[in-house]
Amino acid sequence: MMGKKTLTFMLMDAPFENARTTTALRLIDVAARRGYDINVFAYEGAVYMPLAAQAKHANAVHGTDAGEEDHPLPREWVAAVMQEAARNGGKLEWVNCGLCVDERGANEAIAGVKRGSPADFWKMAGASDNVLVIPTR
Amino acid sequence: MKVLNIVETAYRATLEEQDDPVVWILHAMKGAGADHSVVLSGNAVNYAVMAQGVPPLMFGDKAQKHAPRIAEQVASLIAKGVQVMVVRECLKARGIDEEELMDGLTLVKQGALPKVMNSHDQVWHW
Repeated sequence: MMGKKTLTFMLMDAPFENARTTTALRLIDVAARRGYDINVFAYEGAVYMPLAAQAKHANAVHGTDAGEEDHPLPREWVAAVMQEAARNGGKLEWVNCGLCVDERGANEAIAGVKRGSPADFWKMAGASDNVLVIPTR
Repeated sequence: MKVLNIVETAYRATLEEQDDPVVWILHAMKGAGADHSVVLSGNAVNYAVMAQGVPPLMFGDKAQKHAPRIAEQVASLIAKGVQVMVVRECLKARGIDEEELMDGLTLVKQGALPKVMNSHDQVWHW
């Protein structure tokens, strides 16, 4: 039987601007469903993904109020994959790059998100079975 | 003022925004009285294909509702009187037949674009 895998993801894009955030979280979701241990190092704009202040809004173009719109919030998606990992015997450690947080003022993150540095990413990568970097293009 | 919007990058944050952000802002500006035309080029020509859909999206037990309906949102622009053009060569390069497209579009050749641009006061390339 194969041992439990540990995967590390490096994400760099801010949410709401391209499809890479969703794609990355889909991959992380699969790993979480398999009970893998997952590390995410959020670099540059990706530190906005678990930002606690994200809020749903109404959308006049769609003709919906805030409830009907159910606007996607990456912070909810991040929390969901954290819970999914735990439910399946794994864990998801999400580390926001501290300097990236500071320069953006993105300090308020959801519960479970840690502050770290590139040294943490280096350690995560060294302790993982595989690493996937999804950079800004 | 009449503005030509060339939409070339496709499916940019469409899942996170439940629409294409450029199509959305054109709708919003149209509501404020803006006079827009649109050219779909590059991968964005697929926005004119009616038979497209988004499979369910789920993270853990969080099911995301209201997938983007890009074709409907483009068709809605046309219904509001916005001229939406599609570049023929971009369709052909992607194997998209005219029969797959929504009604109300204007097909243009790439070589005709300079004339189209000249007929507008501003050109915004998205």
